[in-house]
Amino acid sequence: MSNVIEIEHMNKFYGQFQALSDINMTVEQGEVVVILGPSGSGKSTLIRCINLLEAYQDGDVRVADQRVENGPKLAGIRCEVGMVFQNFNLYPHLTVLANVALAPVRVRGMSRRDAQVRARALLEKVGMAAHADKYPSQLSGGQQQRVAIARTMAMEPRVILFDEPTSALDPEMVGEVLDVMQSLARSGVTMIVVTHEMGFARKVADRVIFMENGRIIEQNNPQDFFTAPQEPRTQAFLQAILHH
Amino acid sequence: MELLDTFFNWDVFVDAFPLMLRGLGVTVLLGVVSIILGLVGGLLLAMLRLYGYAPIRWFSRAYIDVMRSIPLLVLLVLIYYALPFVGIRLSSFAAAAAALSLVSCAYSAEIFRSGIEAIPRGQFEASASQGMSFFNTMRDVILPQAMRIVMPPMTSNCINVMKDTALASVVAMPDLLKQATQAQALSANPTPLVGAAVMYLLLLLPMVQLVSWVERRNAAGGKRA
Repeated sequence: MSNVIEIEHMNKFYGQFQALSDINMTVEQGEVVVILGPSGSGKSTLIRCINLLEAYQDGDVRVADQRVENGPKLAGIRCEVGMVFQNFNLYPHLTVLANVALAPVRVRGMSRRDAQVRARALLEKVGMAAHADKYPSQLSGGQQQRVAIARTMAMEPRVILFDEPTSALDPEMVGEVLDVMQSLARSGVTMIVVTHEMGFARKVADRVIFMENGRIIEQNNPQDFFTAPQEPRTQAFLQAILHH
Repeated sequence: MELLDTFFNWDVFVDAFPLMLRGLGVTVLLGVVSIILGLVGGLLLAMLRLYGYAPIRWFSRAYIDVMRSIPLLVLLVLIYYALPFVGIRLSSFAAAAAALSLVSCAYSAEIFRSGIEAIPRGQFEASASQGMSFFNTMRDVILPQAMRIVMPPMTSNCINVMKDTALASVVAMPDLLKQATQAQALSANPTPLVGAAVMYLLLLLPMVQLVSWVERRNAAGGKRA
């Protein structure tokens, strides 16, 4: 198996504050990695460095053997790294269908017709085909997030980053989004998921990474991670969230 | 009766009307040309001001501040009466169009900038994360949303440009006001001036009402795309 993402000795600073310290991790093709950790531990910052929405200062981040850095190759790398945002960030002035079809036309050079046919198929997959002609503001949060997932898949990226995809949702809508993500994972899509959904991590992850204070504290398969955490800080975290 | 004869003299008006109509044509042409140049230049300037390299950003900002500070009439007089001393001799139309669009593009640049800055960062990030180029991001994602926001202030700005075309009569441009003052001098009667005022109103009132309509619709429509 080949590594889609490799991160070596990466540091990130906001001014004096070190947000990420000596991050080392790899993600293999087809792997589902869930990143857990308390708020402010740098989880979101870490995945936002992978497509350079945040700049990192030291070390290397590589996607499919290409270093992620500013320059002419960045757009090409970003095509391979999809991202699903906490606040969906759908394009509000475009219909659901146009949201999904836009980037394939503009970036992949696909014909408008082909892109729309593909967009409809993807909307079907996330259960949103009936809403193709609506605008984002007419949809619930869960529906918007499912459209956002379809929009991301439309670019056929090598890996999809999920930045707390259910954190902005009403509780009753979390399930529909997690279901879509789970079926993506089953179909072999490589995913890195920052989330607070322990159930999802347990059920779907191939590997769980625990972060605190900008460091990776521990990583393991979900079985061992949840039942036999090694580090005291991981134990404390799991204690706090699982027995409240 | 004397009042009617003085200010609303039909015979004088009919005599002056053809010239004033031609003047109105010149006014509209000057306004439209200046508005278009001002919008195009303003968008360009806003882009440089927001996304250019530091020196370009600084220069755009300085340009915008200067153009928003200088009185339009002063700039117009400078262009028309001072530039010939360095060999640049513009027709009165070109001088007026230059002055109007140089100033209006500074105002529209600031309006565009505020509109673009009102777009949430998530929109830029979503577009970037899909590998969209700067140009595509602007054209397909940011500007369509920004345009909706800047519609009311931008229309107001266009109305101002149209109104300010009257200043061009100072540099002997045969616009509506100039034609009216000439007709007034010729007939020794102020009716053409009143006529000109009415024609300005007929031209601009619908535009003003358009602005309030757009503003009302935006306020009511809210989120609906």
